[in-house]
Amino acid sequence: MVASTLNTSKPWLLRPFNERSTQLFLGILFGAVALVTLLHLVFPEGHALHVSAYTVTLLGKYLCYALLAVAVDLVWGFLGILSLGHGAFFALGGYAMGMYLMRQIGDRGVYGDPVLPDFMVFLNWQELPWFWHGFDMAWFAFAMVLLAPGLLALVFGFLAFRSRVTGVYLSIITQALTFALMLAFFRNEMGFGGNNGLTDFKDILGFDLRSDATRLGLFIATGIALAIGYVICRGIVLSKLGRVSVACRDAEARTRFIGYRVDRVQLFVFVVSAMLAGVAGALYVPQVGIINPSEFSPLFSIEVVVWVALGGRATLYGAVIGALLVNYAKTVFTGVMPDAWLFALGGLFVLVTVLLPKGIAGLLQRRKKAEDSDNVAGQEVTA
Amino acid sequence: MSIFQELTNRDRVFEFLTPAASPVDVRHGPILYLEDVNVSFDGFKAINNLNLTIDDGELRCIIGPNGAGKTTMMDIITGKTRPDTGSVWFGSRHNLLTMNEPDIATLGIGRKFQKPTVFEALTVFENLELAMATDKRILPTLTARLTGEHRDRIEEVLHLIGLAELRYREAGILSHGQKQWLEIGMLLMQKPRLLLVDEPVAGMTEQEMERTAELLTSLAGKQSVVVVEHDMGFVRSIARKVTVLHQGSVLAEGTMDQVSNDPKVIEVYLGEGA
Repeated sequence: MVASTLNTSKPWLLRPFNERSTQLFLGILFGAVALVTLLHLVFPEGHALHVSAYTVTLLGKYLCYALLAVAVDLVWGFLGILSLGHGAFFALGGYAMGMYLMRQIGDRGVYGDPVLPDFMVFLNWQELPWFWHGFDMAWFAFAMVLLAPGLLALVFGFLAFRSRVTGVYLSIITQALTFALMLAFFRNEMGFGGNNGLTDFKDILGFDLRSDATRLGLFIATGIALAIGYVICRGIVLSKLGRVSVACRDAEARTRFIGYRVDRVQLFVFVVSAMLAGVAGALYVPQVGIINPSEFSPLFSIEVVVWVALGGRATLYGAVIGALLVNYAKTVFTGVMPDAWLFALGGLFVLVTVLLPKGIAGLLQRRKKAEDSDNVAGQEVTA
Repeated sequence: MSIFQELTNRDRVFEFLTPAASPVDVRHGPILYLEDVNVSFDGFKAINNLNLTIDDGELRCIIGPNGAGKTTMMDIITGKTRPDTGSVWFGSRHNLLTMNEPDIATLGIGRKFQKPTVFEALTVFENLELAMATDKRILPTLTARLTGEHRDRIEEVLHLIGLAELRYREAGILSHGQKQWLEIGMLLMQKPRLLLVDEPVAGMTEQEMERTAELLTSLAGKQSVVVVEHDMGFVRSIARKVTVLHQGSVLAEGTMDQVSNDPKVIEVYLGEGA
């Protein structure tokens, strides 16, 4: 926080690059992505150091989750809005991408219809529903990845924040939002493939989704998206608006009395966060090959909050650490002892809450705090 | 219904069509004018036919027993509570009953709460930075840069409130009295025309109280100050004009001597202690 007040001569989006934690984060992220890429490309299959395409895709999936966790941490950690429905924005971004991928299949589907996706043919639909138009164009679909979650967040947030709904009540209605969407998307009549969702994708932007090169490309793209998302969030946090967000989080009424429109601050940050969650969902879908209504399930959204809490709230990098660790643990556990996973997750959560109330990032911060106070002493002398 | 009004109100559709906030018109004397204000909460009359006029540049003390309606009155002026009937004017141009809290704050009414509320996770410096009178809309706030001029202004206030040494410390570690001072500092950063100060010396030592009295009296003249306070010694040391509230309306008004000799006032309030 000290650095933030001293660092304000640069444009807001460039400020994070001056910060050691961001430099470190980007360095580690790009280093890891480069390393995985190298290990995948250089060593032949069967070699001890080879990273398989399966692992690359798995890591890509983790990075999507990490981006979603960063989005949740932005609103929860810095604005004090505990969203238990961010999965909805993630899933909407995923569906926008899924619709594009469905339209790319063309006549290669099981039924061979040049326009209608398989599930529509199966349901005996004659025409493409109006909201499926345009998704054959990549630019339109990619715009929708941002716009669909953004618009939902805008309308929902506008109504919630102007009525000054906060705290537990807000958490509950975000939960209701994602639950309602899940029920809606389960219905075949909605036109999103119902229960089965969208799947059987063939290619993206002309690249074959089953090829190793495309998978690697998606993994790298996800790494870049996470870096950009992180820098945007960090830029907001370091800006004056970030400090106003913290002010809204800690003393909402006071913030209003010094002249800020608290509802607009909340709305802005919430919409940015929803869009980032949408991007995470859009990158997730081509890597896992399916999007279905289970992504809207309230349980998933709550899990995301657990990742952030484990990693350390209000740090952003903590959210990334939490998402990666928990999902890695999940992969390992569900492989070894599928029934024990939920117990392990619960146990981990209890353990961290008791021993590390500030999450894993809290451990790292304890060291940084000591350094910071040295810096402060230095600054006071020079100021 | 109010959403509908907001959408149909033509001059509010585009930000740039909104008339620029006109300066407060005090040519006719009063900066704040409350007339026949009534508020009741579930049948309880918190404010009862309240009439109050504050002149431009005046320092006014408002006293009264608990439940006299002092805080409710401040809530009405700052837009937190809407009265059932009555009118509230800021200068002779701005009807405060049609405005929301941030707009009223931007127009130039600053408020210090009874319980000191500062942003505890932010540093003292950042607390003042946020309060500074600047463009407080979203995008200007996102792209805001701290200029040398801003920094000078913050430093000036930091020295005025005696927290210069602690500028980079989190506000959460401050003592109760220091938080009171920081909050007064935040008020000053807002450059308000009218300061509403709710119990500024609660929890302060004698010395701190004296400095607060000095500061508030030095502000009067340039700004109008309304102080709500329980500490009679403090009121006596700063007040030129005192208003006594009782059961939601004005019981007496005048200098401290006039008021403290008023038999009605002695009966309800001063009789107990003074």
